[in-house]
Amino acid sequence: MFDFLEGYDVLGAFWMTVKLTALSAVGSLVWGTLLAGMRVSPVPLMRGFGTAYVNIVRNIPLTVIIVFTSLGLADIFGMTMGAPDDFKVQGFRLAVFGFIAYTAAFVCEAIRSGINTVPVGQAEAARAIGLNFNQVLRLIVLPQAFRSVIGPLANVLIALTKNTTVAAAIGVAEAATLMKTMIENEAQTLAIGAVFALGFVVLTLPTGLVLGWLSKRLAVKR
Amino acid sequence: MTSVLYDTPGPRAKRRNVILSVVFFVLLALFLWWVWTTMDEKGQLKWDLWEPFTTTQAWTTYLLPGLANTLKAAAIAMVIALPLGAVFGIARLSDHRWVRGVSGTVVEFFRAIPVLLLMLFANEIYVRYTDVSSEQRPLYAVVTGLVLYNASVLAEVVRAGILSLPRGQSEAAYAIGLRKGQTMSSILLPQAVTVMLPAIVSQLVVIVKDTALGGVLLNFTELLNSRSTLAANYANVVPSFIVVAVVYIVLNFILTSFASWLEQRLRRSKRGTGAVLAADAVDDLNAGEVGGTAATGHGGKT
Repeated sequence: MFDFLEGYDVLGAFWMTVKLTALSAVGSLVWGTLLAGMRVSPVPLMRGFGTAYVNIVRNIPLTVIIVFTSLGLADIFGMTMGAPDDFKVQGFRLAVFGFIAYTAAFVCEAIRSGINTVPVGQAEAARAIGLNFNQVLRLIVLPQAFRSVIGPLANVLIALTKNTTVAAAIGVAEAATLMKTMIENEAQTLAIGAVFALGFVVLTLPTGLVLGWLSKRLAVKR
Repeated sequence: MTSVLYDTPGPRAKRRNVILSVVFFVLLALFLWWVWTTMDEKGQLKWDLWEPFTTTQAWTTYLLPGLANTLKAAAIAMVIALPLGAVFGIARLSDHRWVRGVSGTVVEFFRAIPVLLLMLFANEIYVRYTDVSSEQRPLYAVVTGLVLYNASVLAEVVRAGILSLPRGQSEAAYAIGLRKGQTMSSILLPQAVTVMLPAIVSQLVVIVKDTALGGVLLNFTELLNSRSTLAANYANVVPSFIVVAVVYIVLNFILTSFASWLEQRLRRSKRGTGAVLAADAVDDLNAGEVGGTAATGHGGKT
């Protein structure tokens, strides 16, 4: 029944999807946190830069960014990502670079909205009992902010998992690329569609359930 | 400016902010200068490459027809997805367990699948089982993929919109003797539509952005696809990307601003229940709803 799977490395393709997701998630968490730091900083110029970055990047289709990393950054500007000859590795790294640039804007917004859920009264009360700036952040504000950030960040992670299929636009051998090949060459269209759909349900559903449970458990009751 | 993170700055904090501003400005200027010189080195600033965009030909032959197709696909997808989403959203609130179960499963399933897979799959179905002409097929496939995905997201928007209304609304409707169907169609749904408007407009941004997928992988001649035809003609890859990106940014920025304007207006308005589904609630709904319901604004006032 599943003989249409023979000769295709479905698990390998999904492993590529997982690798794209994991590396982009780590990268965008770092860059997104930095951006969020800028967006809430007391320095107007940094706030302006953060706001501009988020508003520009969020309004460009991810496909445009990913295709540009290949046709623009690599072909024109010679940004080969340390792999000038190995086009597989180069495409993978360019895709991760694009995903980080795009997803960081959403990470930034998730973190900022998490910080905004902490009432100003918390910080005011903390200062009133004589805590200094570092203590206010470390003991009062950030612990509450981190807890309310888990849910939104989990949403960003799930969206990122689905977005990695856009890497098919520059020929990275991940799930969508393989599905396109298989669906064009094999007769069992429905079965192939079901296999790949199931693959993504398996990838996203546990993430949602575990992180959703965690965010509910850790949520600050107000 | 006071925020939860810091107080109104004193003299020392002011000095530190000035120093940080200067350092950041220098870093930013260095980066922009580096981008500028790299562009110059690669000859991407030459006027020959940018000049086509000042002519009407580049716009009327390539970009505007592409943009028209982008908007066409987005509009058709929204028009079909909205009623479909409403049906599934209301079905998820049904009192019958099997209706809730089936519609819930369908919605969660299509929300978990990347829209690109849905487009590729729809395309293949059209190739094999229908006689849609090959010129029309990309549009059909893109719209089908967008409808399947966005109907399930909009179903969640509709559900969240109806749930955001104060309980008193349906209780009052039942008290004056309306049936469940009547309560839904003449009390809850009309109010929910207003509540959902900002979120629906925001979802339109997501749809517009997703049409670009069809341009690259299904050869649908939308904006990003017509960019490559244009660049093949004028040999201006980087400028064409920048111009197309600006078009997308302007278009989506207008939609986003319209959504938040609607949201502000609804929050301020004296009429209605004061409930609003925030424009950015769709960020969470597009991913799969982690951590409970999306951000709904409970006005509480009636």
